[in-house]
Amino acid sequence: MIDHRNPPGLFARLYNPTGWALFFASLAVFCVLVPILNQVLPADSLLHMSDYWVALIGKIMCYAILALAMDMVWGYTGILSLGHGIFFALGGYAFGMYLMREIGHDGVYHSDLPDFMVFLDWKAYPWYWKGTGSFLYAMILVLLAPAALALFFGFFAFRSRIKGVYFSIITQALTVALMLLFFRNETGFGGNNGFTDFKRILGHPIATPGTRMVLFVTTALTMLGMLLVLRYVVTSKFGRILMAIRDAESRLMFTGYNPLLYKLAIWTFSAMIAGLAGALYVPQVGIINPGEMAPGNSIEIAIWTAVGGRGTLIGALIGAFIVNGAKSWFTQAFPDYWLYFLGALFVLTTLFLPKGVMGLIDKARTRS
Amino acid sequence: MSADSKSPAVDVGGSSTFGHAAPPAGELDTSHGVVLYLEDVTVSFDGFKALNALSFSVDVGELRCIIGPNGAGKTTMMDVITGKTRPQLGKVFFGQTMDLTKMREAEIAQAGIGRKFQKPTVFEHHSVFENLELAIKADRGIWHSLFGKLNGEQLDRIDEILETVQLQEFADRRAGLLSHGQKQWLEIGMLLSQDPKLLLLDEPVAGMTDHETIRTAELLKTLEGKHSIVVVEHDMGFVDSIAKKVTVLHEGSVLSEGTMDKVQNDEKVIEVYLGR
Amino acid sequence: MRHLLPALIGLAILVLCSPAQAFDQATATALSVGDSDTRIDALNKVIAAGDAAALPFLEKLIGDGVKTSGDKVFVVDGDKAVDPVTGQAAELPSDADDVVNSNRMRNEIGGAIAALKLSSPDRAVRLEAAQSLQSGDADESKLPLVKAAEGKEKDPQIRDMLGQVEANIELTSSDKSLRLAAVKMLAESSSPNVKEMLSTRLAPDGETDPEVKAAITAAIKAVDARLSRYALVGQIFTGVSLASILLLAALGLAITYGLMGIINMAHGELMMIGAYSTYVVQNLFRAYLPDAFQFYLVAALPVAFLVTAGVGMAIERLVLRHLYGRSLETLLATCGISLFLMQLVRTLFGAQNVGVENPEWMSGSVSLAASLVLPYNRIVIIGFSVAVLGFMWYLLTKTRLGLFVRAVTQNRTMARCVGVPTARIDTMAFGLGSGIAGLAGVALSQIGNVGPDLGQHYIVNCFMVVVLGGVGQLAGTVLASLGLGIVSKFLEGVTGAVIAEIMVLVFVVVFIQRRPQGLFAMTGRSAEA
Repeated sequence: MIDHRNPPGLFARLYNPTGWALFFASLAVFCVLVPILNQVLPADSLLHMSDYWVALIGKIMCYAILALAMDMVWGYTGILSLGHGIFFALGGYAFGMYLMREIGHDGVYHSDLPDFMVFLDWKAYPWYWKGTGSFLYAMILVLLAPAALALFFGFFAFRSRIKGVYFSIITQALTVALMLLFFRNETGFGGNNGFTDFKRILGHPIATPGTRMVLFVTTALTMLGMLLVLRYVVTSKFGRILMAIRDAESRLMFTGYNPLLYKLAIWTFSAMIAGLAGALYVPQVGIINPGEMAPGNSIEIAIWTAVGGRGTLIGALIGAFIVNGAKSWFTQAFPDYWLYFLGALFVLTTLFLPKGVMGLIDKARTRS
Repeated sequence: MSADSKSPAVDVGGSSTFGHAAPPAGELDTSHGVVLYLEDVTVSFDGFKALNALSFSVDVGELRCIIGPNGAGKTTMMDVITGKTRPQLGKVFFGQTMDLTKMREAEIAQAGIGRKFQKPTVFEHHSVFENLELAIKADRGIWHSLFGKLNGEQLDRIDEILETVQLQEFADRRAGLLSHGQKQWLEIGMLLSQDPKLLLLDEPVAGMTDHETIRTAELLKTLEGKHSIVVVEHDMGFVDSIAKKVTVLHEGSVLSEGTMDKVQNDEKVIEVYLGR
Repeated sequence: MRHLLPALIGLAILVLCSPAQAFDQATATALSVGDSDTRIDALNKVIAAGDAAALPFLEKLIGDGVKTSGDKVFVVDGDKAVDPVTGQAAELPSDADDVVNSNRMRNEIGGAIAALKLSSPDRAVRLEAAQSLQSGDADESKLPLVKAAEGKEKDPQIRDMLGQVEANIELTSSDKSLRLAAVKMLAESSSPNVKEMLSTRLAPDGETDPEVKAAITAAIKAVDARLSRYALVGQIFTGVSLASILLLAALGLAITYGLMGIINMAHGELMMIGAYSTYVVQNLFRAYLPDAFQFYLVAALPVAFLVTAGVGMAIERLVLRHLYGRSLETLLATCGISLFLMQLVRTLFGAQNVGVENPEWMSGSVSLAASLVLPYNRIVIIGFSVAVLGFMWYLLTKTRLGLFVRAVTQNRTMARCVGVPTARIDTMAFGLGSGIAGLAGVALSQIGNVGPDLGQHYIVNCFMVVVLGGVGQLAGTVLASLGLGIVSKFLEGVTGAVIAEIMVLVFVVVFIQRRPQGLFAMTGRSAEA
């Protein structure tokens, strides 16, 4: 029996001791071990971790944060978004604007404006670029741009009670429309080529091993911090309401809750997390272009979450690492077979592994 | 191929979008002794009149049973009262002042109308306790849901309800694992924890064993007086065991109303039920 | 290219067996020797005689390919010389001189060539000539010639063009009444050229007479009105054409999604497979039945239908069957299938687009006015989409299969109870929807690129159509595709394609707000949700 009159403290509520041990172990690996292996050990050492691996894991951690955002809306609330790639890209673009301005006069044309604007023969920044030279403002924009879009779109969609696959398809349509918009040169985000050739971040050269490691550790801290925040959310009554929306929305409504508010809240929050992930992603991979917005990318996010196990948070992280790890291996070893593998993964996961890897782990644990 | 996957949204919602847009008339006013009042309510679907100028009222503290053949409009009437369906014509008032046709589902529920569905609907992935926690009368806002805690009074109330619906031992069991009858009771328990003025129960004993049915009848009788209750039921034995006043619906309007004896001997009712 | 060959053959026939054999040495001499005035006289005689045999010679003449020695005329080709009339090789005297053409002479010869071509029996030659007259500067001296040609001309398009040339000449005439008459005639036109022609007359160095000027202004207005009317018709046509494509693409989905409720994200890829089936059939015909190549499309229809229906039935049996009632999972699984199918096609046919040719009867266009040209392939596809719609309507409402499908989708349990083999009906219905996607693929192969990504362009729009039309409603699907097609083409004209697409999307979302059940839908007592 659980003693409901004396609920567990915050620490115990989030994870059990094993969970916390794993959490701190990961924290140590990402924030201490990796920096040592990469920065301190000499390059010819057996244990040295190459920059390639740091870059790859850094990138995958951004995807993992994105998967967490997806798990909140899909795994917990039952809203399958096929548009989270848009929020990710918007965050990336918002931060990319800052990085573009940090280039200063070091572009090909040595102009005040980014090269692509010079190329379009623009004489001044468009209004929406205003203030993006400030890091702080750019970070706010990273959160607000996806949030604003999510709020606007979500309000109309949820208010008209668009649910299930209808919602998914409409998010996909939104994705296509926005991608087309960003492909246009006139939109003011560099068209096809997007933003690239960044030089500095906060005054530091962006491509040095030191800066990269700072970005890596920041990403790791964000990922693990976000995990705790979201764990708090899902273990609160708010989280139980989200699951109630997923399982029996009308019951919740007739119990006196307004599902619209809750859906809108988690949808917008999730978009902000996705935007943050995008902002961490762009300086690490050094480019953002409308290709990131392709509908296929958004669908892939769902499969990361499904492979790991929906509605578990940890599953989202595991899924992002498994699928993206497999992707980078396949695209090097057997590039032609990656899409076969991915396609099969979609089908097999939904058919045979509805609870994902976490489901397997649970099963193994209960058996032993 | 579920119906759910095909329809974008089952019903059109009401006027105000957010539930907290202040219920029209604040507190429930039952100074005239009437808790629910329907007048000339008409709902038609593609020309078919599911409700046809339906008028009836329920007094405070009354336990009313509603019977009628399939398609008589019983569930549609429930939908209208709870804001799920908007009537084309007619008035629906909760107490003297609250116009239910202008409120959304969540507002209506907050105003004090609880509804049990025909098919037991509980949050299957939550424990029994968590189901009651969600239902218990408390702040329905986001902030509270994130940072609020149950107070002692609410915990007492939950314990009390667990006892009433005989689920004390199952408080931490996942609701999805309960038996059919237990789910029905949990749903009734959830309604009770909302502390509603008016309870709408759609076939509360469907699928229950005889023993469970008797228990449910006893439960409803203990609630009579504290809450106003409207029960829709097919099980005549059950209706007979609880009802003082029965309303018979037929083709969307009231065919007969009165004591069980009276309606059972009503020529029109016999005609509808037995046919001639 | 396809038109060039017959044109050349026509030209050759024309040159070889032209009935008027009046072109002789004397004429050739008169055309080549002497001062410009006498030569022009000779030229006018040739024109008056309508002597087509003179054409090759005149072309040589204007191309500086003619030499003279005394009265003897030679046509020079490289270092060989031939007799202009007989075409026999001739010895070029050492004192032969080049014929020198003044600019005036060149103009005259050019006009003469055009005039002669105008009386050619070959339509293509005449059309070309009329076009060159229209774009070049035809002066008053050509008026009789053009008038004569116009009188004889049977083809309405060429006659129109000639009329304009005539009017253009008259516009600059010194006779005011002639100019007024010309303006009046031009006001009846519907060609953008005419509008431009009239506008240039309004320039400061153009028309001076106020009465004629007013007439010109009025005429421009009239032409403008007609032009915008034609533009409207043109836009409606392209809208209907887009609508027919959307309809074809959405019809299959109306069965699998609308009726059965299966969300199939690989629907676009089924269309893609239909298009590739067409490609394969085309290649087979080219290799083994080149004589019947014209009809490869007819053979492609059943092939594409069967191939995609087979793929669809396999998908239903192997995957979807196990996911009924779990629509979000179905969505993901079919996304995976779509990736798989695209990669499969890349492996088999390469990642590049493949070429699918229109059969000849589908190429070309019908021209209703100078500014309104309707391509045959679009017209055929509009007709085809109506035919497929009819086929589907018939299947669903008049056959036993349709009866079963409707029964299963309305009440599966009941249908099973009365002995409908529900599992088999599911497979067949899904196969039917997939097959129709294949038919849509055949149509798409005729108007756009055929590549592995073909389906991706259509899938979102397909779903928009079905959602907008209301699920399970053929009439709704038709209306929605018409509406979406026409509206997006009109918007495209105003805002450009991207903004139009975004606006259409916003419109659909707003529409679903107002009417969540789509254009047509049953309302009913809501079952507990």
